[in-house]
Amino acid sequence: MSNVWRRHRGWITPAIFILPAIVLFGVVIVASSLQSVWISLHEWDGFGPMQWIGLGNYEELFADPQFYTSLKNNVIWLVIFMLAPPLGLGIALLVNQQIKGMRIVKSLFFVPLVLASVAVGVVFTWVYTPQFGLLALLFSAFGASAPALLSDENLVTFAVVFAALWPQIAFCMVLYLAGLNSLSEDLIGAGRVDGARGWNMLRHVVLPQLTQVSFIAIAITAIGALRSFDMISVMTQGGPFGSSSVLAYQMYEQSIFSYRFGYGAAIATILFLIMLVFIVWYLNRIMRAEDRSA
Amino acid sequence: MYPRPIPQTAVGLRRAYMVLVIAILVLWLAPLFAILLTSARSTSDIAAGNLWGWPTQFGLIDNYVGVFTQTPMARFFANSLLITVPAVVFVLALSTLAGFVLSKYPFRGSMLVFAIFIGGNFLPAQIMMIPVRDLMVRLGLYDTTWALIVFHTAFQTGFATLFMRNFIAALPKELFEAARAEGASPTQILIHVVLPLVRPALAALAILLFTFIWNDYFWAVVLTLSDTVKPVTAGLANLRGQYVSAWNVISAATVIVAVPPVAMFFLMQRHFIAGLTMGAVKG
Repeated sequence: MSNVWRRHRGWITPAIFILPAIVLFGVVIVASSLQSVWISLHEWDGFGPMQWIGLGNYEELFADPQFYTSLKNNVIWLVIFMLAPPLGLGIALLVNQQIKGMRIVKSLFFVPLVLASVAVGVVFTWVYTPQFGLLALLFSAFGASAPALLSDENLVTFAVVFAALWPQIAFCMVLYLAGLNSLSEDLIGAGRVDGARGWNMLRHVVLPQLTQVSFIAIAITAIGALRSFDMISVMTQGGPFGSSSVLAYQMYEQSIFSYRFGYGAAIATILFLIMLVFIVWYLNRIMRAEDRSA
Repeated sequence: MYPRPIPQTAVGLRRAYMVLVIAILVLWLAPLFAILLTSARSTSDIAAGNLWGWPTQFGLIDNYVGVFTQTPMARFFANSLLITVPAVVFVLALSTLAGFVLSKYPFRGSMLVFAIFIGGNFLPAQIMMIPVRDLMVRLGLYDTTWALIVFHTAFQTGFATLFMRNFIAALPKELFEAARAEGASPTQILIHVVLPLVRPALAALAILLFTFIWNDYFWAVVLTLSDTVKPVTAGLANLRGQYVSAWNVISAATVIVAVPPVAMFFLMQRHFIAGLTMGAVKG
């Protein structure tokens, strides 16, 4: 017995160590995700038996005008969110000075990042409140009255995305500040000797050293844009009339409020397929970097 | 350094720079000031529409006391702690073990496991929502704090394992070789070599996980129903529905939701930033 143990403990103990993580992650995250794809091929109210309908949910989805509204809003989120990396870089460049007091200034710029998105949603709902909010105050200073952003079908998505951009910019700024602090002094010095300054220096000497940071900032921002749910739920609940919904919110609404679990699972599957493009792109680069370092 | 440091001697330039930075900072944080100011206003001022003028009376203490006595916010706050703290502890334990194995005892398929841990982290929550909810109902955990503890532990283990694996992989190889040469078992290596060295990583990871789990809203609304188990994020969304125009109360509640992660951040800032940027700057 003890002989067998001694011969095999080299792999048995590690196997026991990693098993809880693999089982828990495998059952709760991986198996659940796959199961959703299976559920999407059924009609199901969440209680009774599931009824197989093949691609029925998808056919219905592709004929549903709300699906296209949500999809369009997802694209708007994605496009506007792409402002976060350059703006984050901008603030990082602004505050990357070693002057007394800059440490606390930097920390204050980080604050939106640690706020709960629900809190950010409430804060901006207050900012946008017609007549009383901060925006109304700003408009009235110019003698104008602020539009009711959250009840205007054409503006509502932009208003929510703008609010969500706030913590995202802070996130990109944190990444870029770390990147700026690990720049090669030699290359910067050589650039200065060659007379590179300002924009030229940034474009040809600094940014090429920040490609890895930029890649991570862009990939995580894209995935974050597609995952948006909290802010929409808190600020508009998809309204008015579904005009600010996105796939993530539409899925939740169909499942939890309308008990259409099969249909909801189909929406989730489509969202998953769209995000898969970004996830695979990200994983591919990370794993290749892993191979190089190994 | 880029941009070029502003020299110590250029006093005027330095002053102008600080003025610019602070002006932008004030704009940047204006929404937060608005909420903080509103949380100090009295109900009569709010009712009279006096939201930005000088307050006729201060409601700071009334509002915060009111949030705790007239709403279930105290309960929500306790629930958030009861969910977040155990989940963080469980994740730290699981990911240290898994990260140790993935970095020091590679096996066939270990890279695949690693890739799944990373990729799973970026999945949209909705793709697992229905089966996870169903699983919690069948386990009898739905609408208990354990539903959220179990889910967050599972989900965050993906990211945390990536984190711990990279940290342990970067530790000096000689230590492990020496331990093995002396015939130390994996358990002994874990206890005597790994654990003493990973403390800074655990600190950084703990504060990140605390923030992620505390701030979660989606799973809170999917897996809980009753006020007795709801965390602060879902609770705040509820209060918004009940106190529609009582912006002073809502603002105070928002501040209460925001304080723990912000306080954690300021207390352990270095760890937080190090954790967040890990991996981003190398290569």
